Amino acid sequence: MDDTAALKNTPLHALHLLLGARMVPFAGYDMPVQYPAGVLKEHLQTRAAAGLFDVSHMGQVIVKAKSGKYEDVALALESLVPVDILGLAEGRQRYGFFTDENGGILDDLMIAHLDDHLFVVVNAACKEADVAHMQKHIGDRCDITLLDRALVALQGPRAVDVLAELWADVAAMKFMDVRHCRLHDVSCLVSRSGYSGEDGYEISIPADKAEDVAKRLLEHPDAQPIGLGARDSLRLEAGLCLYGNDIDTTTTPVEAALEWAMQKTRRTGGARAGGFPGAERILRELDNGATRRRVGLKPEGKAPVRGHSKLYADAEGRTEIGEVTSGGFGPSVDGPVAIGYVPVSHASVGTQIYAEVRGKYLPVTVSAMPFITPTYKR
Amino acid sequence: MLKFTEEHEWLKIEGGVATVGITNYAVEQLGDLVFVELPEVGASFSKNDDAATVESVKAASEVYCPLDGEITEVNEAITADPSLVNSDPQGAGWFFKLKLKNPADADGLLDEAAYKELTA
Repeated sequence: MDDTAALKNTPLHALHLLLGARMVPFAGYDMPVQYPAGVLKEHLQTRAAAGLFDVSHMGQVIVKAKSGKYEDVALALESLVPVDILGLAEGRQRYGFFTDENGGILDDLMIAHLDDHLFVVVNAACKEADVAHMQKHIGDRCDITLLDRALVALQGPRAVDVLAELWADVAAMKFMDVRHCRLHDVSCLVSRSGYSGEDGYEISIPADKAEDVAKRLLEHPDAQPIGLGARDSLRLEAGLCLYGNDIDTTTTPVEAALEWAMQKTRRTGGARAGGFPGAERILRELDNGATRRRVGLKPEGKAPVRGHSKLYADAEGRTEIGEVTSGGFGPSVDGPVAIGYVPVSHASVGTQIYAEVRGKYLPVTVSAMPFITPTYKR
Repeated sequence: MLKFTEEHEWLKIEGGVATVGITNYAVEQLGDLVFVELPEVGASFSKNDDAATVESVKAASEVYCPLDGEITEVNEAITADPSLVNSDPQGAGWFFKLKLKNPADADGLLDEAAYKELTA
């Protein structure tokens, strides 16, 4: 069977081909992995100026209470995520995750409070399951609508200047603000967020206007198109989790070092503690710690240490202690960087452990994340 | 005269010694190289053994030994600067020199025309 036959296209597919992208199958879509500049240059372009990413494969979902009240939809979603949604101010968004009964992570997502409803962005490979999950658990109280819109991410220190050409107000937004706006008469939704470790924006655009808006952004001399290859190396350097690699149903939020995303009000002693799937285990781990931990890893030398490499306590490979979940070369770090899980006994910054690469045990040091200095405008 | 393998190595054979590298086509497929691991001088390999490793930002790939032989020299310049392989794969970006066990075996490899057809 021809694998490409069943692939879906985003509204920007024709533009990718026009720009000379190399296309690959990704989460059921035919997506650009790189453009003629190549992964290395695209990565550095995003850190130095601005990069435009097509993330239209991700799921954009409107969740609205049948009552029409924000309070009702917020409390409904809180039954599925260990995050403070009721306290989320209008025009603000925050990171969260759906958990399962065992405390594992079903997907990670961005949740925005807009007017009387929630606007949620979920991962491409999970979007159908996420919608079914919400239908099953809160579908009696809420209407859940998967939108057919394009989504682009404009990332980098010059992103604000590029987007300000179309909408001057963008400069006044702070990190995690969300606003309705018109970009050249196209009704869009803009958030100051992203997944590259840089300042930047995500822009939801009606599908039939996406190419027009993307082309206008790319007209700016500071903006270049960026593919999935650089998207992965940018988020790895930023220490951000990739669902399916660094987090999944076998990892809990505390093991994944995502406590920062669980506000006090949902924790033990909080006003709305618990009440989400897996709460017993997650609250226990928040109080007492987990037995293993997601950490940053810096390999010595130049050899990249890839995902699924085994981690050892000793240089002879006698005591296996964990596994790398994401790893590669960080163009801005100019060396290899990785993310993996180790027992808490080996999770302190500075601990030296070993990774198996082609039969050799290479020294790697547990390191603080992110590996670069983020430029978020808080 | 240059010879080629179906696994995208090139060989330039002079006096029973082959200079080996990876082809323009292979480099285009791999993208920007960030790490190269070369064999040790004096090591012996059989045809299709893993002789070297190249890594792009995204993934690792093996470079196979194209024929039976012994490594007599390696190109340390590409371990110091893997981008040399991207900029000049069939010149300054060579990998290693291999003293062939049976130089006549090279007759079984592809010539330039056949390799071009393979990658067309």
